Amino acid sequence: MLIYWANDEYKITLFGHTYVRFFPDWYYNLLHIPQRLAEGMAFHFLFMWFFTLNGIFYVLYTIISGEWRELVPKRNSFKEAWLVVLHDLHIRKMAPPQNKYNAAQRIAYTAIIVMGIGSVITGLAIYKPVQFYYLTWLCGGYHFARIIHFALTLGYVFFFLIHVVQVVLAGWNNFRSVVSGFEVITEKTTATVAQSTEDEKAR
Amino acid sequence: MKKPDKHIERPAKSKKELTVDQKINRRNFISFAVFGVLGVSAYEGWRWLYKSPAEVAGITGGTRKPLRRALNKTELFFRRFFSNNHLVKTYPKSMAAKNVRHNSDIGSDSNFNTDEWRLNVVKHTGESLFFSIQQLMELPKTEIVFSFKCVEGWDQIQYWGGVKFADFIEHFGLQSETSLAYVGMETPDKGYYVGLDMPSAMHPQTILAYELNARPLPFNHGQPLRLIIPVKYGIKNLKRIGTIIFSNSRPRDYWAEQGYDYYSGL
Repeated sequence: MLIYWANDEYKITLFGHTYVRFFPDWYYNLLHIPQRLAEGMAFHFLFMWFFTLNGIFYVLYTIISGEWRELVPKRNSFKEAWLVVLHDLHIRKMAPPQNKYNAAQRIAYTAIIVMGIGSVITGLAIYKPVQFYYLTWLCGGYHFARIIHFALTLGYVFFFLIHVVQVVLAGWNNFRSVVSGFEVITEKTTATVAQSTEDEKAR
Repeated sequence: MKKPDKHIERPAKSKKELTVDQKINRRNFISFAVFGVLGVSAYEGWRWLYKSPAEVAGITGGTRKPLRRALNKTELFFRRFFSNNHLVKTYPKSMAAKNVRHNSDIGSDSNFNTDEWRLNVVKHTGESLFFSIQQLMELPKTEIVFSFKCVEGWDQIQYWGGVKFADFIEHFGLQSETSLAYVGMETPDKGYYVGLDMPSAMHPQTILAYELNARPLPFNHGQPLRLIIPVKYGIKNLKRIGTIIFSNSRPRDYWAEQGYDYYSGL
């Protein structure tokens, strides 16, 4: 396996056969980014700050507000998540009972934080392999750090796609609750604020 | 004149209690307004960055102004972690590549007579010194087997030999030059040039190399003398050194002029 950074040489080769080339020509042409390594790196080294700080603030917020309790997987989450997946795929009729987030969400939203930490560590290991040699060592060396860093990036793409599809499937009221922080449940004819998740849970 | 009292007694507010629906609507409105404003500003922020003007071409060039600022600020942050005690990982000689990758000819592809070559060192006083390859080879030899890293992503374990830059400085009494902030190197044809911060240049693994795999440098690897600076990406490892200068401002740098980070340190 050989993962490169520029000039179409990102690829996965096993036993002499190239299975995937990162990225194919059509991908560069679609995004209009052939031969723009310097530009890409400049953006990368600006947005690394943005994403890292954003992640730190988000994690601090979940800790201070106590929201982490809704986000961290529980003991039975891993079992339940499977049932959620089956439900979402319309294989199983009933979804397990949930609080603010279901088991699959808890795992996904915690995993993305772990992935973020992984990206920062592997990123530093690649970026300054001499000054942060211990991080490079921790990541299993320069090459392995690159592979993890890249794999995590692919992971974000999949997370994003599944996330958006799920939001669309969950419908308008769910999306509205994501933005406003409370869910509206209509009981018979009267609409009530059933779960003021943000306000009540935090107190 | 007395100012009118600010605390005018207002008639007791007889606002009606909001209905649940009104509360929901009000909170939705506020939430979506904030959401919309944040969304638009994120988009506008990106547009601003993407459309921001190119920096004025000088020592650095080829990228957007804000991105260059970010690169320079990032350099300042990460330079704090630089230390001569942080050494590049080395490998046994048996692991060194036999076919050493050759990535670029810029500055080292012109007609060139090795026999007439002299290393020209220009002190900051303007005084010019010339050294032959024999003079350099008489100094203690330093060898290094390390993974040469290219900014494009590839790396290769290579075995180089030469004189440590710090030894060269010391032996020829150039210590006073090291109080300057930068070292600049150029090829004899001036086609390729790099600027190096002094700490990186004086790092114990930075060498003026005259050997590759225990043989004199091949022509395409910068015969007779090139720079091997393992604390930098390959773009700083100039082939065929013609001139070395010292300066307190950044010397010109081939790839920094084309949008790359000036520091490019590892």
